[in-house]
This record gives sequence, structure tokens and C-alpha cells, in this order.
Amino acid sequence: MPALMTIQGMTHYFGGLRAVSNFGCAIQEGSIYGLIGPNGSGKTTIFNLITGIYKPTEGKILFDERDITAEKPYKIVQGGVARTFQNLRIFSNLTALDNIRIARQSSEKSSLASSILRTPGFLGEEKRIRKESLDLLDLMHLSDRAGEMAKNLPYGELRRLEIARALATNPKLILLDEPAAGMNPKEVEDLMSLIQRVRDQFKVTVFLIEHHMKVVMGICEYIKVIDFGETIAEGLPTVVGKDPKVLEAYLGKRGA
Amino acid sequence: MTRFKTPKLLITAAVVYGVIQALYSLGIINGYILHIINQSLIYVILAASLNLINGITGQFSLGHMGFAGIGAYVSGTLTTLIFKLNPSIPGSYLLFIVAILAGGLVAALVGFLIGFPSLRLKGDYLAIVTLGFGEIIRTVFNNIEYVGGPRGLLGIPKFSNFTVIFIVTFLSVAVIRNIIQSPHGRAMLSIRENELASELVGINTTRYKVLSFATGAFFAGIAGGLFAHLLQLAHPTQFGFSKSVEILIMIYAGGVGSLTGSIVAAFALTFLSEGLRLGIRALADATGLPIGGEWRMVIYALLLIFIMLFRNEGLMGTKESKVILIEEAD
Repeated sequence: MPALMTIQGMTHYFGGLRAVSNFGCAIQEGSIYGLIGPNGSGKTTIFNLITGIYKPTEGKILFDERDITAEKPYKIVQGGVARTFQNLRIFSNLTALDNIRIARQSSEKSSLASSILRTPGFLGEEKRIRKESLDLLDLMHLSDRAGEMAKNLPYGELRRLEIARALATNPKLILLDEPAAGMNPKEVEDLMSLIQRVRDQFKVTVFLIEHHMKVVMGICEYIKVIDFGETIAEGLPTVVGKDPKVLEAYLGKRGA
Repeated sequence: MTRFKTPKLLITAAVVYGVIQALYSLGIINGYILHIINQSLIYVILAASLNLINGITGQFSLGHMGFAGIGAYVSGTLTTLIFKLNPSIPGSYLLFIVAILAGGLVAALVGFLIGFPSLRLKGDYLAIVTLGFGEIIRTVFNNIEYVGGPRGLLGIPKFSNFTVIFIVTFLSVAVIRNIIQSPHGRAMLSIRENELASELVGINTTRYKVLSFATGAFFAGIAGGLFAHLLQLAHPTQFGFSKSVEILIMIYAGGVGSLTGSIVAAFALTFLSEGLRLGIRALADATGLPIGGEWRMVIYALLLIFIMLFRNEGLMGTKESKVILIEEAD
């Protein structure tokens, strides 16, 4: 089976600083792929490169057998790559429902004229978007928050809202940037089962950046470890967890 | 099954129109008050359309009156110099509508031309570009002899009466409301909230910023056309920077992002400004104090400072009245 996403030789410079160096990966459809590494090792930059916020200095990103390296961010999302952010980027002054609807509607094509005239076709489309968005909120156990301003939701619910918003774009691949950040142990448990449930229910592939070792070791099927933009280890969780280079990157040299 | 929804905005508008018309024919409202109501209605279009750009899409425009100027001059030139219309001939209203629409369309086109390059960039470039645009457009009118140069375009036929202005204002507000409360409006709101996140849920942010800007410019052009045919004059000084700031003040006083707020503020500030003019004159006459009309602006400014201090989200915040909100079926 061909990989859903393949990245080849991706390098990115910020001025003279090499943030990502010769990064490559092949992510199989339906898998949960983990990317770990210490702070500042270039993980989020890799997400920003995949989603088109930055264009890589070198290298190629193939998604769904298409080269998306030079594509605009919104096109990449419409093509099936959704993401969440390390420090939430919620539409704070809009309701939870509207947060989802905005993501849900991007695929639809009701024209400006039909919205102004409120044609039956437009109203039907609005109804569909609304229903599907409410269903998504329900799945994330947020249905009682639909009419609430997003800024009034607690942190844990905002994390779920952001995942719901990413799913609303109908992705094949979802990039989760430190979803467990700032969560307590109970919330982390719930998150892990949520990610697995999302993968099974929506048939999406998950690409995950995480610091929380329990999450990474618990749900990822393949792990890649980077440090200073370079890959230092990769493989199954059990193997990577014992790799001396990984331990060194995270814990420092023995006896140092 | 679709439930029949009462068109609340239409009914409210019809009632308001009927009441004002009745009061006028009974002589309770005189021609002067009706003139201020007409002006207020045109300001409603200007404030609502600027709110679409600033309040809904979050793009800071400082040259809104420039677009009104384009609308005024284009429609004024058509009715006065090219069609040579006379309002007493019934059919001429049709050509007047054509002229007003042409003014709006030219304004929208100019909006597109200056919006497209500056809105592709993230940041406050639009504010700088529109600031320059407002001044350029004023200078351009000042120097075209065909449309009167610094004297202004004179002798524009008086097509804008209360009925015409009311209908056009109603339609403009209804269209802007329908855009806001649709996927397109929600896309614009998401740009205001977080442009990067908006792009990364699949919104073509450049397209929506330009769409919002050009739509706002279109309605400003329409409003400018109405103004020219109300005052029977289009003059370069009517469309300068300070006038654009007046519209900005309206949307901030009313609530950024609230159409209801724009409507309320357009009326309140237009009447306040006129009321102060009369009030100060009366005060000066009664007391003999040497206070002139210029104090109007001092009091006006103080009131705005108080609004911003004690209600900095504006009168309405981002809330909408039930008349403006479209009910959603579950």
C-alpha cells in the first residue's frame, strides 16, 4: 500500500538557522504516527511546512499522490490535511457551533447571490452544515456548548473543540500539535481514547507531535525522534523508548 | 417541513416608514427633521458597509468616504451631465437607479483594485493604503474641471427623497445582513478572529478579504450617490479623511461587528451633531456668552470619549437585535 503522505529530504532555513534538516517520512494510511523531540527541535516547523505556512527550502511533500509542497494553505486543507495548534487558535468571539461551521462549510459552494436571496438551495445547505456541525460537537461531548462563545469554554473543552474543527474539514490526515499540553492525567487518558476513536470513526490518519511520553508510547504505532532538526531515531515505540540517543536528547548524557 | 418565518426586518422597516411618513404629512415632523432623517439613513448605509469591512472582517479601512465620493461623482455626472435628467419626468427615476448602481459598481471596482494588492498581505497595509486613497480621490475630484473642480459638481437633480432613501437603505442593510449571516459572513468573521486559523480550516482568506472590501465599497458608492442627489451637490471636501473618521466613530460607538449598533449610532450621532448645533446657538442667545458652533465638536468628542471609557465595546457590543438576527431552524 502506498503511503498517504511522503516527505522527502525536507530542509528549512530561517535566515542562517537550519530549523529542519533533511526530514523524511512515509505515513501509512490509518496509522497514528508520532513525532517527538525536545523543545526547539523543529517539530512545529515541520507541521507549518506541511500545511503550507512556510515553504521548505528544499525537499518535497507528497500527499495522496499529489505534490503539495508549493500549494497555498487553504488548498492543502481542502485537499485533506487538517491541523490543530500547540497554543490554541480558536475563533474566540464566535460560538462553538460557528467555530465548527466555518470549517465545515469550506467545501460547500453556495454562491454569494444565493445567500443574499436566501434561495431554498441555500437554506437546505445551511441546514445540512448546521446539522453536521452539531453532530460533530455531539461526538466531542460538546453539544451543550453549541451556543456558547468559545472564549467562555474551559481549556480542556477548547482542545476538543479544536480537534472537532479540524475534523469538520473532512480530512484524510489530521496533524495534532501537542494535544495533551496543559492537561491533567485524567484528561490525558480521555484524550488518548479520543484520538483512537477519531481515527477509527473518521477513518483518518493521525500525525501527532507530543511531549507527553505516556500519550506517545500509548497510542503511536510508529515514532520518529528529532533533535535540532535532525532525525536521531525512529521505529516502534518499544524500540525508540530504549534508544540511547533518545534518552540522551531528553535526559542529557549519562554522568554529564 | 419548513416553517414560514416572519420577515421581521421588512415588517419593522415598513412600520417605521409608515410612522415617519404619517408624522410628516400631519406636520409633526417638519422638513428640517425629515432632512436629518434622510441623512441619518444614508449614514446607516455607510456605517453598515464599513462595519462589514472593519467589524466583521477585521480589516482597518480609513478611506470609506473616498468610495462614497466615487459613487457621488459617477452617479452625479451621469444624471447631471450625461443623461441630463429631470425628476419631474416619471421615467427618469429608472435612469437615476442606473446611475446610482453605476456609482456603486465603479466604487466596488476601485475597491477591488486597491484592495487586492494590499489585502494579500497580512497586517495593517490596508489602513495605510486607504488613508492615501482617500486623499488621492479628493485631490482627483478637485482637479477635474469637467465635474466642477474645486467648486464641486453643482446642479445635481434632487432624486433622493425620503421614500427612495428609505428603500435603498433597507435593501442595503438587508443584503449586508444576509451576507453576514451566511457561510460567507462566517468566513469573514473567522478572518477577524484568527486569520491563520481561518486559512487552515480551508478558507481562502484573500478572496474573502477582497470580497468584503469590494462589497463595502459598493455600498459606500451607493450611499455617496444618494447623498449627491439629496444635497444636489458633490464637493471634494465632503469625502476627505475627517469624514471617513466620522463613519469609523459611528461603528465604534455602535459596536464593532453589530449591524444594529451601526444603525443606532448612525441615527444617534447624526441627530446629536445637529442637536448640539441648535443647542449651542440657543445657549449663546440666551446667555450672551461668546460660544460659537465650533464647540459642538468639543462636546461631541467628549461624549465619544465617555462612550469609549464606560462602554468600550460600543453601545451594542457585537450583539444584534432580534430584528436583524435571522432565526435558525433546528
